[in-house]
Amino acid sequence: MLSTVMVEAAARSRRTIWMTLIGVVLAVVAAFAAATAVGPETVVAVINASIRGAIPIALGAMSGIFSERSGVVNIGIEGMMLMAAYVGFMINVGLSYGSVPAALQAEPVRLGLSIAGGVLVGGLMGLLHALLTVRFRVDHIISGTVINTLALGLTGYLYLPGATTGGRLPPAVTSPLTPDAGLFYWVGEIVLEKGLITYLTVLLIIVFTIALFRTAWGLRTRAIGEHPRAADTLGINVHRLQYLNLFFSGCVAGLGGVFLTLEAVGTFERGMTNGRGFIALAVMIFGKWHPLGAAAGALLFGFATALQGQLQFFNIKIPHQFVGMLPYLLTVIVLAGFVGRARPPAHSGKPYDVE
Amino acid sequence: MPTDEIVLEAIDICKQFPGVRANDHVNLSLHKGEILALLGENGAGKSTLMNIIYGLYHADSGAIKVKGREVTFVSPREAIHSGIGMVHQHFQLIPVMSVADNVVLGEEVTRGVLLDQTEAARRVRELSQQYNLAVEPGAIIEELPVGMQQRVEIIKALYRDAEILILDEPTAVLTPQEVEDLFKIMRDLSDRGVSIIFITHKLKEVLAVAHRIVVMRGGQVVGSALPAESTPESLAALMVGREVLLRVHKEAARPKDVVLEVANLSAHDDRQHPALRKVSFEVRSGEVLGVAGVQGNGQTELVEVLTGLRHGDSGQVRINGKDLTNASPRAVTSASCGHVPEDRQRFGLVGDYTVSENLVLNSYFEPPYAAPPSWRTLPLVAVLFAVPAIAIFAALAALWGEIQRLVVWPLVLSLFGITDVEAASRDAMKGPYLIELVETVVVALVLGYVAARLAFWLVNWVSKRGPAAGQTPRAGLVFNHTAVDAHASGLVAEYDIRTPSVETPGGSLSGGNQQKLVVAREFGRRPRLLIAAQPTRGIDVGSIEFIHQQIVAQRDAGAAVLLVSAELDEIMALSDRIVVMYKGEIVATVDAGAVTREQLGLLMAGAHAEDVLRSRPAASAA
Ligand SMILES: Nc1ncnc2c1ncn2[C@@H]1O[C@H](COP(=O)(O)OP(=O)(O)O)[C@@H](O)[C@H]1O
Ligand SMILES: [Mg+2]
Repeated sequence: MLSTVMVEAAARSRRTIWMTLIGVVLAVVAAFAAATAVGPETVVAVINASIRGAIPIALGAMSGIFSERSGVVNIGIEGMMLMAAYVGFMINVGLSYGSVPAALQAEPVRLGLSIAGGVLVGGLMGLLHALLTVRFRVDHIISGTVINTLALGLTGYLYLPGATTGGRLPPAVTSPLTPDAGLFYWVGEIVLEKGLITYLTVLLIIVFTIALFRTAWGLRTRAIGEHPRAADTLGINVHRLQYLNLFFSGCVAGLGGVFLTLEAVGTFERGMTNGRGFIALAVMIFGKWHPLGAAAGALLFGFATALQGQLQFFNIKIPHQFVGMLPYLLTVIVLAGFVGRARPPAHSGKPYDVE
Repeated sequence: MPTDEIVLEAIDICKQFPGVRANDHVNLSLHKGEILALLGENGAGKSTLMNIIYGLYHADSGAIKVKGREVTFVSPREAIHSGIGMVHQHFQLIPVMSVADNVVLGEEVTRGVLLDQTEAARRVRELSQQYNLAVEPGAIIEELPVGMQQRVEIIKALYRDAEILILDEPTAVLTPQEVEDLFKIMRDLSDRGVSIIFITHKLKEVLAVAHRIVVMRGGQVVGSALPAESTPESLAALMVGREVLLRVHKEAARPKDVVLEVANLSAHDDRQHPALRKVSFEVRSGEVLGVAGVQGNGQTELVEVLTGLRHGDSGQVRINGKDLTNASPRAVTSASCGHVPEDRQRFGLVGDYTVSENLVLNSYFEPPYAAPPSWRTLPLVAVLFAVPAIAIFAALAALWGEIQRLVVWPLVLSLFGITDVEAASRDAMKGPYLIELVETVVVALVLGYVAARLAFWLVNWVSKRGPAAGQTPRAGLVFNHTAVDAHASGLVAEYDIRTPSVETPGGSLSGGNQQKLVVAREFGRRPRLLIAAQPTRGIDVGSIEFIHQQIVAQRDAGAAVLLVSAELDEIMALSDRIVVMYKGEIVATVDAGAVTREQLGLLMAGAHAEDVLRSRPAASAA
């Protein structure tokens, strides 16, 4: 009986791999087909827009996985992102003033400090969430709402219209290829020419996947999200690990926030996260609390967003409000139809009392 | 084998919880290689003492010595490092993870920063071979039977080099066969010098496996004994503090008419495997039919199908002659069937509801608990009526309007040769309003009357579901707290439910008292049919004695009792007839007096009835 169980599990994972492979092949074929139809420029533009849309969602979803895997529901991702976006932007603004020493104004230092500042603020928001939920046993949803409201209110109030900066993140690597290189040129346009945070995100997804499933930290984190009492009886300090992971969670959400103000857009607007933190949660569920799954979900959402942008260019006789609904509609359909039985970490959202 | 060396000493331990002195100057010592049984009723303070030794709780006063050295544990981590391992009453395993992951958690084997899962699996396999604890390192916990899960718990402790092993009620969840296996493992460990504290409240087990017995009651150690010098009766008396009847006294059964009739019943379990295969039997008024079998042979599914909690695939269930195959739980309850479910936490009671509310879960919709409105509650009920009435009125009015527009007016106007209804109605708008006014009033009156009648009927229909037609006082819409509390007070006294008040949440009672609550609710209605599944699982001797007496009393009062239990002793003690289930089938039906414990054990293990029963019990019972 045991062996059948394991054979079934193996078959399941093999099936997943096959499905992924088939999905990738189909996507490439579709891209080629589309390229012959509308020209490679459009296809590459859509792909790049997909990636741009996917990054903050993917980071938000990572943030969600960090906290939910440790047993804390985090609907405050939106707020953490917004706060970090604001702080990152304001540091950038501040360091761009003429009176600031030139050493600090230099691009790598200025942007590095801006990113670090935003990420740190995100982390602190994460710690606040941990403090409220772990220490003071506030309901997780309420604490998350508090954080969202706080961020929206604070950034809205402190917002300086018309603040300017010395510029946003440039591409970290520039493509040496020219259009003569054909396919390679287009591939280069997709793979290269991206800002630092985009590469960081890809790296983070990989590192996080390995860390979660192949390190002691990951094992313990998954354990406290499933059954904190069991971990406690083995001498694991549940609350300390929750604080640590919520700090990470906030930092990653913060990175998603500064991506918006320091890499993608370059400026801050009121409420500019625009629900990405919540979409990220949906994507996290779509990915079944697995970083790779969530990354795939984020790409899907980014693709829908990009497509929506393209469709609005074309003169299609659909009211643009409906086209604008596309990504969200897709989220609903994907969540309702394709996810199937997603099982959240068993102890997520409940307080844990050490005796 | 026990030696003279003392490995663990608890000296004068005190622990106060709000309102309870859980440990009151407790002293305990454990020798190397010894199996020490710690016996005590629920709430005696056994788990508390063990949690203190394991560093999960902190004692208010007292000291703990490990191998003669005094220690203070801030967390289990230090206890683990001192060689103490504990298997908790509720397993501390992570269901979705593998055996190996569960074992190494907290003490992971790593290579660099990465987990070394091959090495972890190897060590688990090594331990399981060394101590005869067969278990597959790669298996997922939730797919393992409880007996296996327990082995994983033991391996967890051994992996941490435990020399002192605490087993907190390890047998509560095990089948008889698994208990035997566990005892073998325990003896094996003791031979290798592991010292074991074995907590239980089952007397037979203590006598079977312990080297020494310590009895706790009310937070204190009230005595110790050696198995050779003890009897179940003497231990029970020590444990409960009074003489306990271990064997229920009962007269011979006088079965009358058939109450429950099951024919060719088949069903699937949650994993869609066949769980019941053409099961047939009947239970008569005035008899107890025991269903024996190792857990997981279809008994759970049988009870679920009978009580409407699971859909049967084929076959028939008749209660009191009425066909109730796949009927709703409410229908089964209304057919005078009481059900004590096997999982009282999930199906027996609602933890957050008060004791009184829990006691009317099966009758809250009946009078007098559901009462007609009084003057005080009338406004509330009026609102309740008004909502459907207004909704119905609005719907009718809209319907009437549409009928006019689409049918009546075109018809009427066509009589006058007018076909352009739109234009005609525009003209009509300019005309006198009188006709319209009269029409509105008439229609409002007619529709209002119809709507009110419909709403009245609707609300009545909803509120009257439940008591069978022709039953006396009319049920109402209002929950009658006074009646519910009075009912509860009566049952609490009659069934000796120990609770601070009837307003206490049911979930905060001790296990035995929760079970008495369920029993009180189900038995209190004097049902014609009583289905009791594992009625005494995990509860103390005193409560067991009481519930057994109640079951016999119900039988004598004319109820038909279907008793499902994994405890052979319970089946033997209470049943008049016994059916044995194996792999979803009834493999034998025997009179309780004509079969021995051993024969039942063989049947439960799948032996053929002809082979087992051919040797008449006279041979083995003599
Ligand atoms: N964490 C706790 N908080 C309050 N009371 C407790 C706690 N744990 C146990 N108790 C109480 O202490 C007493 C002893 O409980 P326990 O040690 O679990 O008994 P046993 O294991 O012998 O059944 C009981 O009355 C129980 O209600
Ligand atoms: Mg206990």
